[in-house]
Amino acid sequence: MSNTVIEVDRLSKQYRLGAISAKRLTDDVRRWTAKLRRLPDPLLKLGHEQKNGNGNGYESDVLWALKDVSVAVKQGEVLGIIGRNGAGKSTLLKVLSRVTAPTLGEVRVKGRIASLLEVGTGFHPELTGRENIFLNGAILGMTKAEIKNQFDEIVEFSLLERFIDTPVKRYSSGMYVRLAFAVAAHLQPEILIVDEVLAVGDAEFQKKCLGKMRDVAGEGRTVLFVSHNLGAIKELCDTCVVLRDGQIDFQGPATQGLMHYTKGLMHGEASVRGAGWSGVRIVNYGDGLPGPISNAEPIRIETEFRVPMDFEWGKFYLLAYDTNGNGLIHNFASFRDLGVEKLEAGTYRITADVPPLWLMPNLYTLQLKMIGGTAAGAEERYFSELVVLDITDRTEQASGKIRATLIPPVSWSINPQRVADPQRHV
Amino acid sequence: MAEDISNLTIEKFPAAGLEATELRPPSAGSSEDWDLVIRPRTGWFDLHLAEVWRYRDLVMLFVRRDFVSQYKQTILGPLWFIIQPLLTTLTFTLLFGNIAKLSTDGLPKMLFYLSGITAWNYFSDCLMKTSETFNANSNIFGKVYFPRLAVPVSIVISNLIKFGIQLGLFLCFYFYFLARGFAIHPTKALLLLPGLILLMAALGLGSGIIVSSLTTRYRDLRFLVQFGTQLLMYSTPVIFPLSRLPREYRWIMLANPMTPVIETFRYAFLGAGTFSWTHLGISAAVTLVILVAGVMLFNHVEKTFMDTV
Repeated sequence: MSNTVIEVDRLSKQYRLGAISAKRLTDDVRRWTAKLRRLPDPLLKLGHEQKNGNGNGYESDVLWALKDVSVAVKQGEVLGIIGRNGAGKSTLLKVLSRVTAPTLGEVRVKGRIASLLEVGTGFHPELTGRENIFLNGAILGMTKAEIKNQFDEIVEFSLLERFIDTPVKRYSSGMYVRLAFAVAAHLQPEILIVDEVLAVGDAEFQKKCLGKMRDVAGEGRTVLFVSHNLGAIKELCDTCVVLRDGQIDFQGPATQGLMHYTKGLMHGEASVRGAGWSGVRIVNYGDGLPGPISNAEPIRIETEFRVPMDFEWGKFYLLAYDTNGNGLIHNFASFRDLGVEKLEAGTYRITADVPPLWLMPNLYTLQLKMIGGTAAGAEERYFSELVVLDITDRTEQASGKIRATLIPPVSWSINPQRVADPQRHV
Repeated sequence: MAEDISNLTIEKFPAAGLEATELRPPSAGSSEDWDLVIRPRTGWFDLHLAEVWRYRDLVMLFVRRDFVSQYKQTILGPLWFIIQPLLTTLTFTLLFGNIAKLSTDGLPKMLFYLSGITAWNYFSDCLMKTSETFNANSNIFGKVYFPRLAVPVSIVISNLIKFGIQLGLFLCFYFYFLARGFAIHPTKALLLLPGLILLMAALGLGSGIIVSSLTTRYRDLRFLVQFGTQLLMYSTPVIFPLSRLPREYRWIMLANPMTPVIETFRYAFLGAGTFSWTHLGISAAVTLVILVAGVMLFNHVEKTFMDTV
């Protein structure tokens, strides 16, 4: 018996787009008659989905949110799932938590699963905190006795002793989230599925949540974790899966996965929408797999920007954030700074050179922004995808547990000549 | 580990095939014991009823939630449970009894209408509320798994409490009229009362979940249910006793499985009306079929309704 606890086996999930209408009714009838005659489903064909509406009209409104995904998760593994919006992360979690059934394939699970796709599912505003703890706990799969045993701990964790008999509709949103997470944190499943719940609450509370997640992982339980917070993924996860267009793009150690994800973002698939940024390339990474960049190294960013219309004025911004989403860099260059009067429609190559930043070794995200104004007075904004910067330190400054944002090379000096006599006060 | 996995269905593996053809079936896996296998569809007869039982705490918490939240911030609170049938009865007594002078099988008008309304209300409340199951709970259903049947079952139970209160109201009037010496007398059929309640609950639940399953795709049915239930009342003996209907029209009323239930209910307490084992038997059989079909359909829809709702 191996210690694999989740086995995702060639999982596919199909969605049909478009409104429900009389046509849907005829489709349903077609499916039914086919089924009765033991023929294959006439509307279910893998690989025929992208016909852009010029086929017979069926394939075009089909979307495969997951295509042939296979993953095995071992006992005690903390698996991060990353990917861009629409890559299929949430669909995968929904199938795993049995909210929706797959179209094809299977998932085999050992142990009890609890999924947290949202905090506070099923909270009823009219009920008190106490009543909602029981209700929410039961919805998440706990029995009444289990909740009773943990009740005091839940209340303590939420810091809401005084308000526990107040209807939750009187709670502030922060209190609401605290109560909800407190319940969720006290689930005792073998497998925990978490989706972005850390995106709520203030920084202090987020830290507490991350801590709790770490504890859960430390207890040898299996965790599946979807997040856009790449720092949290790096910190919590051993392995990760990168999803792209419903398929597995990478599967392996977490740090490598994050880099793979970043590389994917850099090579310009973001430009589908036409105007705006295409591929933010960090020259330091070269063409290979992105590796760490020394914090003493200047960083060069190259990109192309497609100007969709004539801009009379405009600014290009360089923004960077830490893993908690706090702003770190804000810099802009106006057309005048760049020495141009105005930009006519077309594609331009843009380069930005950033001096050594002396950042603490960590993952950071970088983003480009453009604001452009037309003669008619319209203002347009364009954001690039987020790109990960993996910063390391070649000096000894960052060793050990230090709390700092910047570790610049500071020139110290000491004059060995004493300025005062130590015996002066005696 | 064994006690911790109690909340999951144990399903046989490897899968029995209902796979869409032309697409590769999952590699027929190892013979390990999995606690849960998630696959595209399960058979029509996988009803997961044991799972609903395992989630009974949740069912009772839903009942409590429905009950507590319904009348919060109202002044009269649960008194509304009484006011509604009382006013309806008074209206019916005035309109159908005194003005239209419809027959009441020789029974006191008040009791005749109140008994019919009490029984009918339970059925129609169950039907209307459960028919909203998927649409009203889509945000919970979209986030977490529990046996979906827990919701309609909890609705039927919380309506049972309401029915109990309304039955209490009926009994007050009943004993009052009994004491005043009206020509009413309880019969042995009273022993059937639990069975009658069960029938009403099962019929309401069964038809409600059929409607709720169908409305996930086609919302049209929601409108039909709204006034359909009202119209359906006129094909039961709530207003007009079965015995006074011309023989050639009786089948219309008898086609409604609620008709024998209401007639028996009335006969049990008041001693007048039609009592027939045949009618009751057919009604019970129809109810059973509707309930089983409903649960099957419901279980079938719950797996993918999130994609269509």
